[in-house]
Amino acid sequence: MSLNILVLAKQVPDTRNVGKDAMTAEGTVNRAALPAIFNPEDLNALEQALRLKDQHPGTTVTVLTMGPFRAAEIIREALYRGADGGFVLSDRAFAGSDTLATSYAISCAIRNLPNIDLIICGRQAIDGDTAQVGPQVAEKLGMPQITYAEEIQHIENGIIRVKRRVEKGVELLEGKLPMLVTVNGSAAPCRPRNAKLLMKYKYARIPDELQASNEDYTNLYTNREFLQIGEWNVNDIVCIPHELGLSGSPTKVKKIENVVFQAKESKSFTDADSDIEGLIQELISNHTIG
Amino acid sequence: MNNLFVYCEIEDGIIGDVSLELLTKGRSLANQLNCQLEAVVIGHKLAGIEKQLFPYGVDVIHVADDPKLTPFTTLPHASILIKLFQEEKPQIALMGATSVGRDLGPRVSSALHSGLTADCTALEIGSHEDKKAEKVYENLLYQIRPAFGGNIVATIVNPECRPQMATVRDGVMKKEIYDVNYKGTIHQLDVTNYVSETDFAISVIERHMEKSRINIKAAPIIVSGGYGMGSKEGFQLVFDLAATIGAEVGASRAAVDAGFCEHERQVGQTGVTVRPKLYIACGISGQIQHIAGMQESAMIIAINNDPAAPINTIADYVIHGEVETVIPKLIKYYKKNSK
Repeated sequence: MSLNILVLAKQVPDTRNVGKDAMTAEGTVNRAALPAIFNPEDLNALEQALRLKDQHPGTTVTVLTMGPFRAAEIIREALYRGADGGFVLSDRAFAGSDTLATSYAISCAIRNLPNIDLIICGRQAIDGDTAQVGPQVAEKLGMPQITYAEEIQHIENGIIRVKRRVEKGVELLEGKLPMLVTVNGSAAPCRPRNAKLLMKYKYARIPDELQASNEDYTNLYTNREFLQIGEWNVNDIVCIPHELGLSGSPTKVKKIENVVFQAKESKSFTDADSDIEGLIQELISNHTIG
Repeated sequence: MNNLFVYCEIEDGIIGDVSLELLTKGRSLANQLNCQLEAVVIGHKLAGIEKQLFPYGVDVIHVADDPKLTPFTTLPHASILIKLFQEEKPQIALMGATSVGRDLGPRVSSALHSGLTADCTALEIGSHEDKKAEKVYENLLYQIRPAFGGNIVATIVNPECRPQMATVRDGVMKKEIYDVNYKGTIHQLDVTNYVSETDFAISVIERHMEKSRINIKAAPIIVSGGYGMGSKEGFQLVFDLAATIGAEVGASRAAVDAGFCEHERQVGQTGVTVRPKLYIACGISGQIQHIAGMQESAMIIAINNDPAAPINTIADYVIHGEVETVIPKLIKYYKKNSK
């Protein structure tokens, strides 16, 4: 049985490696200085989709991302690994969206794609860590969901079997497609780029990238349809504009703080033997350890 | 009406710690708001469950008891909460930031079009002025959480939509009996009115739950390693020191992401919050998201080669040096002096 799989992926700032350069003089985060990467758990999700494609000939894997134009990089990275196509959902109208407004926009875009059997996405994105968009998209599309998946074991006769990794163990769940599955970082890592696919899709672009670039490969682009990454803005989806962006977001950010820790009076030691033995003796004598 | 609700997780007839912690916090917020604290328990064989809940100051327990409601699957629990919230119109709804609460919460918030903030590290009551709309909101729930990889702390409010929903991780709030003799009422739900057959779309084929082997939350002494341990092999020093002084091993997110040790050991906003009597941070710089999970330790020792590391500002003792040098010395002098 061939499947029609949609992967949701996000381009995120690499918040795991915030170095000193990424902090401004005022102590705020300089987002521009952080590299933009493929959200790690979305790569795990992509791998689960590609494995299903390997097992079920004729399966197509489409990737949808929401973000600025440069998020087209996510689609290219997915194409290099075996995805069949993708769409970038981009519009100023989405700016300021919280998870609810984001999931609304994404669910409206998904309705453009007919007959999706399975939606797979990462459990959460590292810039927000909320794990909310997946389940909220599922709710808006009226689909059941399985979160925290570690492995999609198989799909037979339209029934999906998923191993779910939770705090204290594992669960095996089954349900009928269509379904939305969110994938944990503990799942199999994504396969690397394939050299042939990299050559094939190197010049894949969304129309806006093409316009903005100085390179002229318009002919190439028009002749080779597979290089055309889909681009949708707010006019390409059926939605209630008021439900998008800031106005569609019930949560408001009241305050952002860079936390300054209340400095304690700390005692300093060097790594000299006398210092360390002195500290150990102090800890033992006041019954902190020993 | 307009009370504070806590969704309670239950496993083998025992209410989860995270839910009791939320009830404790919920009771104090409810007192501030002058409203009632209500608990929702969904599962099977729940007779007598009130004995576990009333002492935390619960005024009303909503019980949905049916064999099909356990083990947890998303849709039936979501349907019950959605309908119950539509009827009862809580102003605040809290749940654990667990694989249950983080699965259920977004689903419920989406259906109710209410705001949800994940993984809060503090909850407070306060006012909010919307300058654009020239409106002042009183008694909103401040949902406070580190964001952006823990580099900033954001205060989130839901001015218009109800309930104001938030999830909080296990161990972040303190669990405390409110009054052993507290008595509330029990509201038994007729499950058939809340759940439809189509909600049972997913079945649990197998389930292997273990009592967690690693329990850093309860450890009196924790030795934690960070990215500064350099490698999985280098991280072994942290285990060595912990074994020597009888401590449990923790880790920063960077160390876990780098594969130095298991995720269960992660201390911080996206891991476990700990309050040991001694916390030894080895090669940890101290990003907010880590500090949020250990700053209430009674005593903190930081071992670091970076004098500017943020962890130093909250440490009681700072040992300046390379972890590879300092940790073996700590082990050596502990062995020498402990007897």
